[in-house]
Amino acid sequence: MSDPPISRGFHRRGAADARAGRLPPGQHLVSDFPVLSAGPTPRSDLSKWRFALDFDNKNLAQWSWAEFEALPQTDVTVDIHCVTSWSKFDTAWRGVTIDALLAAAGLREVPAPFAMIHCDGGYTTNVPVKDLLAGQAMIATRYRGAPIPAEHGGPARLLVPHLYFWKSAKWARRIQFIEQDAPGFWESLGYHMYGDPFKEQRYAGD
Amino acid sequence: MSADERDAIPLDGNAVAGLLGEVFAREMTVAVVTCGGCGATAPIGEVRVYGGAMGAVFRCRHCDTAVFRLGRTPRGFWLDLRGARSVLVPTGS
Amino acid sequence: MPATEPAVAPLGRLRWLTAEVADVVAETPRVKSLILRVPGWPGHRAGQHADVRLTGEDGYQAQRSYSIASAPQATDLAIAVERVEDGEVSPYLVETVRPGDRFELRGPIGGYFVWTSTMAGSLFLIAGGSGIAPLMAMLRHRAAAGSTVPARLLYSSRTFDDIIFRGELERLAAPGSGLEVTHTLTRSRPPGWSGETRRIDRAMLLRAGFPPNSRPRIFVCGPTSLVETVAQAVLDIGHEQSLIKTERFGPTGR
Repeated sequence: MSDPPISRGFHRRGAADARAGRLPPGQHLVSDFPVLSAGPTPRSDLSKWRFALDFDNKNLAQWSWAEFEALPQTDVTVDIHCVTSWSKFDTAWRGVTIDALLAAAGLREVPAPFAMIHCDGGYTTNVPVKDLLAGQAMIATRYRGAPIPAEHGGPARLLVPHLYFWKSAKWARRIQFIEQDAPGFWESLGYHMYGDPFKEQRYAGD
Repeated sequence: MSADERDAIPLDGNAVAGLLGEVFAREMTVAVVTCGGCGATAPIGEVRVYGGAMGAVFRCRHCDTAVFRLGRTPRGFWLDLRGARSVLVPTGS
Repeated sequence: MPATEPAVAPLGRLRWLTAEVADVVAETPRVKSLILRVPGWPGHRAGQHADVRLTGEDGYQAQRSYSIASAPQATDLAIAVERVEDGEVSPYLVETVRPGDRFELRGPIGGYFVWTSTMAGSLFLIAGGSGIAPLMAMLRHRAAAGSTVPARLLYSSRTFDDIIFRGELERLAAPGSGLEVTHTLTRSRPPGWSGETRRIDRAMLLRAGFPPNSRPRIFVCGPTSLVETVAQAVLDIGHEQSLIKTERFGPTGR
């Protein structure tokens, strides 16, 4: 089989853009904020919205929107990295850290080492609990000072920016603690169970 | 597949016809899928497709059930067809 | 399934061919037509598309789909590429590519959204922006076949300068051709403009198209939001679902 013809002058985006150490391998920087979804954008009725922590088919804690907004809020500015190769630096979010959620739920210990995040529309993703703690993750409700637009995951999404952004599940509604790691929506279609962008863990087996 | 996602508005089976051709080795946009959620039927060319560059999530336009899910990785295609009750792939005579 | 639906063809012949750019034609400020010579091209039907694959010096590859805008009867293939902001492939194809450049092409792809002049019934085409490309293949094919089957095109563009294939559409819609073209502009109203000036709606479809009892074959192509609105509107008007074919353009690069 012969080599494909080289297309003169074609190169990947961002080849000249790598800022040492800050841009993970294989990523390029964008200035807009692309939207990617696995299904239609759910529209939430805030009067019926609840966020829950569950374990072993038991509800450990639940908050209405008003109750959630009354929890301690944290502001972060982070870089985000999508497995489809775009990265965006310095994104500003406000929300409730998972640490604050557990504290508000009165949980001094997490009941299990892994978590499955469940979302409106049926999307799921799995994250080890240790990656949700110590300020590494939050349930975000504001982006750049305004409520997160629906297509970007509003009213609330998980934000766990040290992993590929498919793990920062949009329209998050429930964290279910699970004993063993299990694949969520994309993880069951060949994407990596963990997803560290700096180790380029995009796909299963990477 | 493409890495140019700019909005989450769905495409249709036509847009991923080439990908389906790679997986099934035949033209699939005229194949008819029966939704496992509500029983509605539609040619794949009409089914709404989400997922952008990550893969293809084919959803019934009546009930949004994911009738096919497809992840494309360097190692190959991951398929989940559980959302479809059946697929008719006409072969002509 | 209706007996007239095409059977699913095996893709035994679908392999990557080498396309050489024969010409680059500026259609609008954002859109260029690439005229391609593709030895071994198996032929296509109007409405089908092709996959394009670029390979950089370092071996990096990117792949996109483009509707074939040329008639099946034409010697060379034509695709119409719209430059997408921050895109990876379209800026290259629109700004860098020149005659003599090469890339890979695979096709034809798509058995659902096709029209041939041997199909009975009049033709009602509705396009938004670069969605005109596969419909242009149908109109070029119709002309090349000498068909006078009644045809109407309703074409939505942002501004006058964004109308792709404007001059050629005017020529194709010459008196006696059987083709009527209605334009609508969504973002401008130039002085002396006699076309429509708003997004396509039911009233416009009623005025510009054929009545349901004449049972036209309907093809709708463009951005998803336009296709969704128009497909629903033609159903509401009373056209039959089985006569309506849609193709949504969007960010997989088409």
